[in-house]
Amino acid sequence: MSKTFNVLWLQSGGCGGCTMSLLCAEAPDLTATLDSAGIRLLWHPSLSEETGVEALTLFESVRSGATRLDALCVEGALLRGPNGTGKFHVFGGRPTIEWAREFAALAQHVVAIGSCAAYGGVTAAGVNPTDACGLQYDGRREGGALGATFRSRSGLPVINVAGCPTHPGWITETLMLLAAGLMTAADLDAYRRPRFYADQLVHHGCARNEFYEYKASAEKLSDLGCLMEHLGCLGTQAHADCNTRAWNGEGSCTRGGYSCINCTAPEFEEPGHAFLGTPKVAGIPVGLPTDMPKAWFIALSSLAKAATPERLRRNAVSDHVAMAPTVRDIKRK
Amino acid sequence: MTGAKEKGAEAESVTRLVVGPFNRVEGDLEVRLEVANGIVTAAYVTAPLFRGFERILEGRDPGDALIIAPRICGICSVSQSQAAALALAGIQGLSPPSNGRIATNLIVATENVADHLTHFHIFFMPDFARAAYAGRPWFARVEARFKAGRGAAARRMLETRATLLHVLGLLAGRWPHTLAIQPGGVTRRAGPHDKMRLLAILGAVRAGLEEQLFGAKLERVAALAAREELDRWRARGPDGDFRLFLEIAADVGLERLGRAYDSFLSYGAYPSDAGPLYPRGTHAGGKTAAFDPAGVAEDHTFARMTERGQAHHPFEGSTMPDAEDETGYSWCKAPRLHGAPFETGALARQVIDGQPLLRDLVAFAGGNAFARVIARLIETARTLIAMEGWVRELEPDGPWCAQANTPARGQAAGLTEAARGALGHWLQVEGGKIARYQIIAPTTWNFSPRDAAGVPGPLEAALVGAAVHPGETTPLSVQHIVRSFDPCMVCTVH
Repeated sequence: MSKTFNVLWLQSGGCGGCTMSLLCAEAPDLTATLDSAGIRLLWHPSLSEETGVEALTLFESVRSGATRLDALCVEGALLRGPNGTGKFHVFGGRPTIEWAREFAALAQHVVAIGSCAAYGGVTAAGVNPTDACGLQYDGRREGGALGATFRSRSGLPVINVAGCPTHPGWITETLMLLAAGLMTAADLDAYRRPRFYADQLVHHGCARNEFYEYKASAEKLSDLGCLMEHLGCLGTQAHADCNTRAWNGEGSCTRGGYSCINCTAPEFEEPGHAFLGTPKVAGIPVGLPTDMPKAWFIALSSLAKAATPERLRRNAVSDHVAMAPTVRDIKRK
Repeated sequence: MTGAKEKGAEAESVTRLVVGPFNRVEGDLEVRLEVANGIVTAAYVTAPLFRGFERILEGRDPGDALIIAPRICGICSVSQSQAAALALAGIQGLSPPSNGRIATNLIVATENVADHLTHFHIFFMPDFARAAYAGRPWFARVEARFKAGRGAAARRMLETRATLLHVLGLLAGRWPHTLAIQPGGVTRRAGPHDKMRLLAILGAVRAGLEEQLFGAKLERVAALAAREELDRWRARGPDGDFRLFLEIAADVGLERLGRAYDSFLSYGAYPSDAGPLYPRGTHAGGKTAAFDPAGVAEDHTFARMTERGQAHHPFEGSTMPDAEDETGYSWCKAPRLHGAPFETGALARQVIDGQPLLRDLVAFAGGNAFARVIARLIETARTLIAMEGWVRELEPDGPWCAQANTPARGQAAGLTEAARGALGHWLQVEGGKIARYQIIAPTTWNFSPRDAAGVPGPLEAALVGAAVHPGETTPLSVQHIVRSFDPCMVCTVH
């Protein structure tokens, strides 16, 4: 590829976990993946040689226009506090939120890496001590550090690669699509997440689907059953491909034995109840599966519960397969 | 002005140097130096990011700590998770069955080993591939192996690291930010075939490290017992990045850089029926001693926090940022044990454990940049060997996760070891909600500001005496010393 796609990466009010996850890219590894698309990291807090004055000199060459900025990636929430000064995070002598605003104005594309940069995320949870927000969202509301009307030079709003953390593939594929000129506004969902992963539900491909079908529910973490009814699992509502695109080889939250907490959604950090419990009204979980009419959910659930095979009833509350599926003679009618 | 030198007011010969923003540390860091005659005479370490996790946790359901606390840090996520689980288990009076304990050890060890590998290959070694070292006899080799962004060793290591983290894909769903570690054990059982997969993964990691990093069996590395053995390895040991590091370290005098107080602290790591693999304790003035949790207190004198009057034990601690404060120069509090600063990390763990090589290195030249890196490499070998044994100890048919409810009121501390050292969560529950949550992370100890008595934190002490060459805006010696601690700044302030 003749022209490189220059990426500048800033971190602010976050944990660095999206970068740590990105380093887990494999088959091929991160460097090979980025190289294949001509993506060059101008500067990254964990990976670059330049530190101190060297880094500031590099930033200056972006500010002056001497170095083209194809994509600004921001990881972590933007901190507006205390009292609107942004001084809860100072970077190279200035509030980081100012750096982010300045580079965003120069960048062809602006990419929020992770739910903190997208919407505020866990950094904005509770009393939100630092007045944290996302690049272009403040929780579910448009606005945030750059404002609702912001558009990068490409004409696109901030692209929200939401997730806590993000899957390495979500980041590399977003950057590769941008570098190839293949991402448009139509490729983003209502919360501006790339649709290639946000048009999926965590429920898709969940290894507990048979338990879900029969409402055979886990009663405690480490049980094999469906985690929705009692343990707060939001997999049927969470927009992500975690169970069709594995994590770290063969993992996902539900495969790891615990509930999906819908970490790609704005305000996932404040479910309004304990994360690992399912709020119910009259015994019916409050959060319905996506696109499911309530009356049908109730009808199907009661039917499914009545029809639950003994095998699923037992396995649902066991940490191992207590009762194996019957082996049938496939030739016998 | 960052990076700029200006005349100090107090003495004509003292110049001030602000070094930052630092990268290849996890999170944000700035260091202010006073330099006289080309030598650092005083250092002030600033953690420039505050998020307020302790406040975020207050008022929530205690179980929510398992979701919120790991998100303090993306590189120590599992350790934060374990500390929260231990604190909750303490309140619940719960202890996990042996499978739960062993699987938790495997999960925590995987993160710690991955972090050690990331530190050596991505954060620390690339500094020797800087143009400033172009004249050194080892430069071409280190440039080929470790140049930031394209060194062959770093690329291979990322593959090995990704393979290693499959342990967490299997046992913990994913990394970072898993809910697999619970107060009573783990959420996912490993079956007999899973044990085989885990052994295959660890075998592949072992092979990668034995081929690339050490050029020798892990057992041979773990058995290193004396400083002279390192000299022999440097002179005629097996080819590998370890030997290259020994050559560079001897040439640049890494052993003379970054000595702090030689006071070490470990909360103990990887429990078993026979006690932890790496024991809990302190080592100071050449003597090991028991750790007394009651002796921990945080001083806010130079932190931008209220409550400066006296140091507080974490069960009485607070985290109220004071942005107007002019005396504070960091968001980091100053933790002290019986009033004294302590260094924590792999070197502390190995010294307190009595690992003979690290004891010998510290006896010879104190805790220094060289010893810290060696400790991580020795520990990598030792921990991987232990992990293979733990996999074999798992009993798939036994229980994995005990259950209990959290009482409406109680308090407990969760003390564990992250890759970077002693990590503590102090949790108080009242009315069924989190009433107070105080966290002291490893780099809070290592990179603390001064305390009320004016005693500098370990890094601040370690930087004194570092050479600043004419024209250096970001002195190499300072970078080596800072990165030798493998700081995690997002944990530091949280």
